[in-house]
Amino acid sequence: MSGGADEIIPAAESAAIRFVEVSKSFGERGRRHRVLDRVSFSVPKGKTTVIAGGSGQGKSVILKLILGLLKPDSGQVLVGDRDIVTMGYRALQEVRMLFGVLFQGAALFDSLTVFENIALPLRERTKFTDQEIRQRVAATLEQLELTGHEEKFPAQLSGGMKKRVGLARALQLDPKIVLFDEPTTGLDPVMTREIYELFTRTQRRLGYTAVIVSHDIPQVFTLADQIILLNKGELDVFTDASRIPYSTKPNIREFARQVMGQVADRE
Amino acid sequence: MGIFLYFSLLGLCKHPFRFKELLKQIGFIGTGSITVIFFTALSAGMVLGLQGYYSLHKFGAEGMLGSAVSLTLIMELGPVLTALMVAGRAGSAMCAEIGIMRISEQIDALECMAIDPFRYFISPKFLAALISVPLLTAIFDVVGIFGGYLAGVKLMGVNGGAFFAGMEQSVTNHDLRLGVIKSFVFALLLVWICTGRGYFVQKIRGAGFGAESVSTVTTQAVVMSSIAVLVFDYLLTAVLL
Repeated sequence: MSGGADEIIPAAESAAIRFVEVSKSFGERGRRHRVLDRVSFSVPKGKTTVIAGGSGQGKSVILKLILGLLKPDSGQVLVGDRDIVTMGYRALQEVRMLFGVLFQGAALFDSLTVFENIALPLRERTKFTDQEIRQRVAATLEQLELTGHEEKFPAQLSGGMKKRVGLARALQLDPKIVLFDEPTTGLDPVMTREIYELFTRTQRRLGYTAVIVSHDIPQVFTLADQIILLNKGELDVFTDASRIPYSTKPNIREFARQVMGQVADRE
Repeated sequence: MGIFLYFSLLGLCKHPFRFKELLKQIGFIGTGSITVIFFTALSAGMVLGLQGYYSLHKFGAEGMLGSAVSLTLIMELGPVLTALMVAGRAGSAMCAEIGIMRISEQIDALECMAIDPFRYFISPKFLAALISVPLLTAIFDVVGIFGGYLAGVKLMGVNGGAFFAGMEQSVTNHDLRLGVIKSFVFALLLVWICTGRGYFVQKIRGAGFGAESVSTVTTQAVVMSSIAVLVFDYLLTAVLL
């Protein structure tokens, strides 16, 4: 899988994240499945990049590589101009301070209330007083229309509310880059639209770089400044969803035909 | 697992230490186990009292009952049974809790927020176990000896003075030290194995996926920590006795 490194890697100063010739395989020796094969692409600063593709094509693996939760077999993962692959634990912790993450299942701490979940990064990573933390969390709850749910536990929330609490937690430390792992999976169309509106609102206000992994095609493309498509070992990058059917990569064209054709048929 | 132990102990030295979490864990591992320890100790002590009486009665040495009961409890049964009970009650819960946190990406979420998961919730469990298990062992010893006294003196009619005099004469500081060392080692073993199995739930071969993997590793954690306690009991006795 190659994204044509030369054409899609802009200068370091305009890229928030860059993948350079990154490969990653899983499985036991002799039966290894290569998910990413010398992948290169970049995520421009302050813009929204959507990573889409079928299940098992390596979308979430890319997010885990960006966060340093997985190490690639080869290649570089640059956040700013720092290669996180070769970094020690402490330096990696510093880089992670730049990120906010909304996990697929929201990953809320089920033994903590909504308030405690949102306050957690402030309590652990800042020197704010209890009063300041209360004020900040209350403001966030109001912005995300969660006021009145502070004392509830995650098990008492709907799927959409969990995602909103997850987003509130992810935005607490004013991250420069926010990663969204399947933000609308399991949500109904109304809730999906609500999450997209929330995303647009918060990004406009905070100006963060967004990376959205999703298979909500083609709706998620409406948010994208850049689209990365993955399918059967091939990757292609687009700045406009209308260009996808004209990809030079056969597997990407096939994916577009399958997914977007079905969408056209439904419409 | 070695690196896991290293980071867990290192987490104890990292600032700020989560004192409230430590107290919560002491409450769960220690205070929460008192009832089960009390009844286990009472029944073990009473059985020892009865069995000891019938064995010693054959040689006309009933006066040695206090010595036999107390030495057996302080050096062997106290530390071993306490560790097994804590492994079954709190160890399984710790393993399942961490396993669920792992598969629901809660541990990944902590790491993404640059919060060290060891300092945040694993190291306090280690320290809580190292504090609670020796104290529970002491409670086990006292309640067990009382059980032996009930069975031997109150039921079978052994002289109470002889019971306590035998105990006082035979139990030395060395015996107490052996019991304390064992309880510390067993605490470390069980908390290490139980938290470690939960932490690595997704990397354990053959454990399956999702809820099944958590139930499998929880069973493994209790079995492995129980076997480790019994094996190390022999090794420590052989080395330190």
